[in-house]
Amino acid sequence: MHELGIMTGVIEAAEKAARDSGATRLLKVNLSIGEMTEAIEDALVFAWEALTEDDPYAKGAELTINMIKPKSRCLECGAVFEHDRFHMFCPECDGFATELLCGRELQIDSIEVDLPDDEEGDSHED
Amino acid sequence: MKIDMKQPILDKNDAIARELRERFAEHHVYVVDLLASPGSGKTSTILATIDALRDEFNIAVIEGDIASSVDAEKIKAQGIAAVQINTGGACHLESAMIKRAIDVLDLERLDLIIVENVGNLVCPTDFDLGENAKVMILSVPEGDDKPLKYPGVFQVSEAVILNKVDTMPVFNFNKEAFVESVNQLNPQAPIFPLSATTGEGLEAWTSWLAERIRKA
Repeated sequence: MHELGIMTGVIEAAEKAARDSGATRLLKVNLSIGEMTEAIEDALVFAWEALTEDDPYAKGAELTINMIKPKSRCLECGAVFEHDRFHMFCPECDGFATELLCGRELQIDSIEVDLPDDEEGDSHED
Repeated sequence: MKIDMKQPILDKNDAIARELRERFAEHHVYVVDLLASPGSGKTSTILATIDALRDEFNIAVIEGDIASSVDAEKIKAQGIAAVQINTGGACHLESAMIKRAIDVLDLERLDLIIVENVGNLVCPTDFDLGENAKVMILSVPEGDDKPLKYPGVFQVSEAVILNKVDTMPVFNFNKEAFVESVNQLNPQAPIFPLSATTGEGLEAWTSWLAERIRKA
């Protein structure tokens, strides 16, 4: 349900970064989403499509989502292991004190934009 | 042209949450973000908790609901400060809403703020409100399979309250299966089986909370 709100934030931040760089259009947004969050890939894509449709600056832009598999470190034996959302125990020693290393990401990695003088190659920015 | 951002999507929310956390720490206020489904007994649990702790601590409640001020009225009727936030359709609270709500509270004289989040086991889990701990309530009638269906909320919670245990004989609730699933998801979280209306089991929960408030 909150994917629409999340995506509104993504588009705001991406467009701000694009405009700050002098771009005329947003072409692509690359996200990393951890599987331990409640953000569902399909719902994010749906929100993206709905929000960019009527937005001339982002219309037709592409969205890629890199889903991050959860990984934890066991605080007992130090083992680092990948796991799903349901099993957090250390597979090596059965320890339950673990620290999540990744899997809760909600991040904009990068964007791709159209600069007005991309073709002419005259570089006003070094 | 590619532009690297490496920017957390919720960074606005997280920045306000960090600021709130500092303010709470400065004033030694312990803040609980309470997550649960509609009808699981959030407000009753809050009222029972207030009853048990009000002699020792100054308490305020922030009520998050899509609409109405029914819950805040119930809290105020007990002589406890309550602020109602109406999200107007949003399925969760965000840190900016908490920031506005605490403007009317006197942090200096408070020891505990309980934030009753919007009734929802999904969306609130992704939002930091600057709290010290997220705590969740599951009620017996909802069923023992909920940890399997909503793992996220069980994982972000520092404690799990199992409410309405007095109805256990009526519902086919397998407590052992429930405890095992919660342990799998969040082995470090204590589980407090209780009944907010009869008071059964309440003491274990309020002692756990009181210990944390004293350290804040």
